[in-house]
Amino acid sequence: MKSDVLIIGAGGAGLVAALKAKESGAKVLVITKEYPTRSQTCMAQGGINAALGNAGEDSVEAHVKNTLKSAHGLANEEAVRLMCTEAPNAVEWLDSIGVCFSRTKDAKIAQRTLGGASAPRACYAQDYTGLKILHTLYDRCLSQGIEILSERYLVELLKDEEDCIGGAAVLNIQSGEIEKFESKAVILATGGYSRIYDKNSTNSTASTGDGIAVAVRAGAKMIDMEFVQFHPTALKNSSVLISESARGEGGYLLNSKGERFTDELLPRDEVSRAINTEILKGEEIFLDIRHLGEEFIDEGLPQERKLAKLYENVDPVHDLIPIRPVAHYTMGGIEVDDTSATDVNGLFAAGECANHRVHGGNRLGGNSLLEIVVFGKQAGAAAAEYALSKESVERSIESNFKLKLETHQHELDFYEMREYIGNLFYKNVGIVRKKSELQTALDEIKDIKSKLHLMGVNDKSKIYNTNLVEFLEFQNMLDICDEVVSSALKRDVSCGAHFMAE
Amino acid sequence: MTITVKREDSFVAYEVVTREATLLEVLQEIKTMQDNTLTFSSGCRSSVCGSCSMRVNDTEVLACSYKVQDGDRVEPLNNVPVIRDLVVDMSKSYAFNAKAKAWQNTSSKGVGVTQEDEKTNEVQSDCILCGSCYSACPVYAVNEEFLGPFALTRVWKYVSDVREKDEKEKIDTIQTNGIWDCTLCNECTVVCPQNISSKSDIEKLRSKSAMAGYSDPNFANSFGGGFGFDGSPSF
Repeated sequence: MKSDVLIIGAGGAGLVAALKAKESGAKVLVITKEYPTRSQTCMAQGGINAALGNAGEDSVEAHVKNTLKSAHGLANEEAVRLMCTEAPNAVEWLDSIGVCFSRTKDAKIAQRTLGGASAPRACYAQDYTGLKILHTLYDRCLSQGIEILSERYLVELLKDEEDCIGGAAVLNIQSGEIEKFESKAVILATGGYSRIYDKNSTNSTASTGDGIAVAVRAGAKMIDMEFVQFHPTALKNSSVLISESARGEGGYLLNSKGERFTDELLPRDEVSRAINTEILKGEEIFLDIRHLGEEFIDEGLPQERKLAKLYENVDPVHDLIPIRPVAHYTMGGIEVDDTSATDVNGLFAAGECANHRVHGGNRLGGNSLLEIVVFGKQAGAAAAEYALSKESVERSIESNFKLKLETHQHELDFYEMREYIGNLFYKNVGIVRKKSELQTALDEIKDIKSKLHLMGVNDKSKIYNTNLVEFLEFQNMLDICDEVVSSALKRDVSCGAHFMAE
Repeated sequence: MTITVKREDSFVAYEVVTREATLLEVLQEIKTMQDNTLTFSSGCRSSVCGSCSMRVNDTEVLACSYKVQDGDRVEPLNNVPVIRDLVVDMSKSYAFNAKAKAWQNTSSKGVGVTQEDEKTNEVQSDCILCGSCYSACPVYAVNEEFLGPFALTRVWKYVSDVREKDEKEKIDTIQTNGIWDCTLCNECTVVCPQNISSKSDIEKLRSKSAMAGYSDPNFANSFGGGFGFDGSPSF
């Protein structure tokens, strides 16, 4: 199948990119390893930042300032300025296509304060902000006749003789066949890599960094991969996220003695470290939103109440919620320029898989939903322009990827390895890091990589082989792990989410 | 405890340690520790992605929000092709969204949406497209062209929105194999993990349609030589 622009990933960034590329006149095709609407975007709860000033005085300048401060010097001010300036337009556009935002009494989009923000800046839809944005984008794509193919797993980016992108090879999960999608440009919108922490992550099981690993194999660069954001409040046993809006709305953090121990509205890296320090002292940590009252909780945080009841058997209206910080968002990603282009001709990236250098060392809550709209649009426009100016290639490009279903050994169980690495990384490449522990983690990753030939799949079926998909994801995660810990070792000085103990 | 899972044509029993856990956690444990070939879909673990819908003891659930119990019998959704084990092909039910034109026709900037306006379709916009409603729908079971619960809820979501200035096309689209085919049995409401009632959304769409000049074709037929409720000819 041929297109001008092939978009890989159907989360917020992918769908916005598709809409923009289509609007720019390109023939677009979207593929996703899941179904559209099932991506990580649907899990974003807190909101999308824009200095609208609907709930209190605010300005684009304040948004820029807060974002740069939280980024600890690692952000690109120009990119941040673009994102914050575009934010009101982005939210207005989402509103114009039907996103059901919560409203203020005077019929404006409601806004609330998230950590690190100097004003109530996050536009929200109860605690279903990502879900409602994603589904509306999906509906918009349908209205524009954009074709989306589900359950296609990216295995390789294809390049022509001039070293330009020529499409992608994907595994059709349903049939087990390798399919080739030729295109003049490819936009990666494949999400982050928080699942390298396995169960110590709020993320969907799909956040395995596939796009980044595949892009690097095709010649793209990764930057700032050591920056992993640990969200302060995930449910203790299941790592399911309790939104920052719970604290934004006035929730407290308490230790076992019932004492508050930090300012709950500091940026996430600082709150997570404060919690970590308490946990190391032997304290259990709780989120307390009881004083907000049942009516308020049901109106603004309905999902949180449901999840706390389900996973921890506590009702936040009456009980404390046991929490701990876990991996939530990965600031690192594929290096892109100010048009979302990577180092590979014809390859673009947007969303969590890309690094537009707007989050730097620590992302602010409410900036990721914003990023996917602003940079999804940028990538869509740039990829379309690139593709439309390029002459179509007549000859066919071959894929070198071969599925080795039968020949894989399974002397070592990769599921065990996956869990082992997740726990190792949480401990050694986590909230607070030490050089010696990072080195141990790197040695272990190298060792596990060297034993990869002893691992494989037990399931030999071609049809819907999730054992195989998970093994391919595991291999991508090994590459990512290597880079995360290697770059962490190179950065001696603490910066944002990368915090080195003395 | 033991749970049984429908695989191809038979049920397979799995023994797992008794504990408080979601069905999804138990399925993941079986897959990674007992049987790598067990096949199911999952994603967010927090009931918002709609991937892990399936049936337990004949009722639609999300595996990530169902607490597993000894003796549970787990099957794939109904009324949809099974690809393998608990994985079904959702493409057809997804396609009804496009068929029903479930989107906002007009791009509307600067429309003042009040708190009251927002409440009219707040719940409908919580839909996660898990497909439980199609699995439980007796009309879809016999008429595979029926637009079905989530697509019609989505149409109501947009039709009821003050930002939609051009609802006619959507109302026209849902007259055939749409709102009048529903028997208002309410099964979709009962199984919806997001507390959406497609049945009542369909009723609201019927009122809107009536205002637009449409009427119930079943009702019209019963006077024009069609068949009565008991199937006997009614002249």
